[in-house]
Amino acid sequence: MCAEQISIFIENKEGRLAEVTAILRDADVNIRALSLADTTDFGVLRLIVNNNDRAEKALKKEGFTVGITQVLAVEVKDEPGGLNDILDPLSENEVNVEYMYAFANPQCKNAIMIFRFDDHDKALKILAEKKIKVISKQEICNL
Amino acid sequence: MSIYNINFETMPREGIEAIQLKRLQATIERIYVTVPFYKKVFDTAGIKPADIKSLEDLQRLPFTTKLDLRDNYPYDMFAVPMENIVRIHASSGTTGKPTVVGYTKRDLDTWAELMARSFAAAGATSGDIIHNAFGYGLFTGGLGVHYGAEKLGASVIPVSGGNTKRQITIMQDFKPTILTGTPSYILHLAEVADEMGVDFKDLHFKSGIFGAEPWSENMRAELEEKLHLKAMDIYGLSEVIGPGVSIECYEEQKGLHVFEDHFIVEIIDPESGEVLPYGETGELVFTSITKEAFPIIRYRTKDITRLNPEPCTCGRTHIRMNKPSGRTDDMLIIRGVNVFPSQIESVLMETKQIHPHYQLVVDRINNLDTLTVKVEIDEALFSDEIKTLQTMEQKISNDIKEYLGVSAKVMFVEPKTITRSEGKAVRVIDNRKF
Repeated sequence: MCAEQISIFIENKEGRLAEVTAILRDADVNIRALSLADTTDFGVLRLIVNNNDRAEKALKKEGFTVGITQVLAVEVKDEPGGLNDILDPLSENEVNVEYMYAFANPQCKNAIMIFRFDDHDKALKILAEKKIKVISKQEICNL
Repeated sequence: MSIYNINFETMPREGIEAIQLKRLQATIERIYVTVPFYKKVFDTAGIKPADIKSLEDLQRLPFTTKLDLRDNYPYDMFAVPMENIVRIHASSGTTGKPTVVGYTKRDLDTWAELMARSFAAAGATSGDIIHNAFGYGLFTGGLGVHYGAEKLGASVIPVSGGNTKRQITIMQDFKPTILTGTPSYILHLAEVADEMGVDFKDLHFKSGIFGAEPWSENMRAELEEKLHLKAMDIYGLSEVIGPGVSIECYEEQKGLHVFEDHFIVEIIDPESGEVLPYGETGELVFTSITKEAFPIIRYRTKDITRLNPEPCTCGRTHIRMNKPSGRTDDMLIIRGVNVFPSQIESVLMETKQIHPHYQLVVDRINNLDTLTVKVEIDEALFSDEIKTLQTMEQKISNDIKEYLGVSAKVMFVEPKTITRSEGKAVRVIDNRKF
């Protein structure tokens, strides 16, 4: 049902990001979307890829600390107010966004938003009630 | 310069040794019946108090270590009943428990006298005003110096550490003539004074007594130039008595005179435990011979130095020890606070119930010691949320401050990035130049 995100701890050093993406390249992993959150000393790289198992294995083999997080992937209409259709019912029910990022759906004009909510289950329930489509892990891999 | 206790401090060698033997014998006889720990270790070594017939016989007695003090935490090393103890101090132990020491009224008198002697050796008289920037509290620095200054009859300003700008205002207005504190804090003070546009040339200091952490001849040159005073090194540790075990004299500033009518000093090979002849470098070992509450026999300080028995031009006959040049263990002194890597490890384990790889990095930035604790991030610590990671760093930092009394910046690093040597993590990187 939910999408899976790979997160990686990286120190704020030159070339470190390129090393991570090179590992993924060599493991034949395609990156669908990513976001990098940073502090002065370190960053957390969050990735949506086409093959989580292969990505995780390759990164761990190279000594990285890797986490798997359940996130929600939601298709957002390419029109004014598209994002609000999703956010409004959630904020009315006091679900908070921890972080989010987006990528374009290669199959149509719409965007796919990746959300990490403070209450994952509650968010899922509200989206289902509003009949908002949540994209599965399998669908993302097949994009 | 005057000598505070001319009889004892200039006594010929034979006289000192005669007093040492008499006092050592009395100490051994007393602790054999009052401290079960000493009875046990003497019995195990097959030595009775009556066997101590010469100063050389001291070498037959076993050493006392910090571990012994921890095993007898908190009061089992005390040689007098609690009603005779009037003061308790403590310093860092190698794990969670501190090292606890006690003093009787007479011990405090002895200590004050030794500190008064130290002040006199540094050129102070009863007419001086002493600005005491050593921390007051469980640490022996503040109070030890304080009572010595009063014993000498000088005026003491108990300013303690911190509040640097206010300290400089006090220096301008109260016109202190003698400055005491840890050398790194004093250098920081000088820097802040500079920022405030205050020149030490316009202040009134003639001498400074600095200690509680190792410092070099280079630092002496810097202190003397920046502060316009003569800088003397003082040595002491709470297990022996506190500051005032030994001090440099104003005349020579070459080696610290050990107050030998109260302590017997030895240098040993840290590996074999053999006593080394004068002039050879090894571990410093102290025996107290006048203390009532907390007598200590052959205490291994883990400080590395050597001894010089040559008479000094200042008139003192007491043996001189060189400035300690290092340690036999991994203890760090950060802003006067003793820090063992194992203490940090305990905090990390208590915080997350895990056993992470960590490394302490010590730097001296603008003359202030800074401690960074690098912790390798593993899956148990990791989170995809930045704020969770930062909250955890902050929590570990708060715990270190609370348990060890030292500020540390905690920094998560990638796995396997902490230097390992022969498979063992390098626990400490000390970038300070002493």
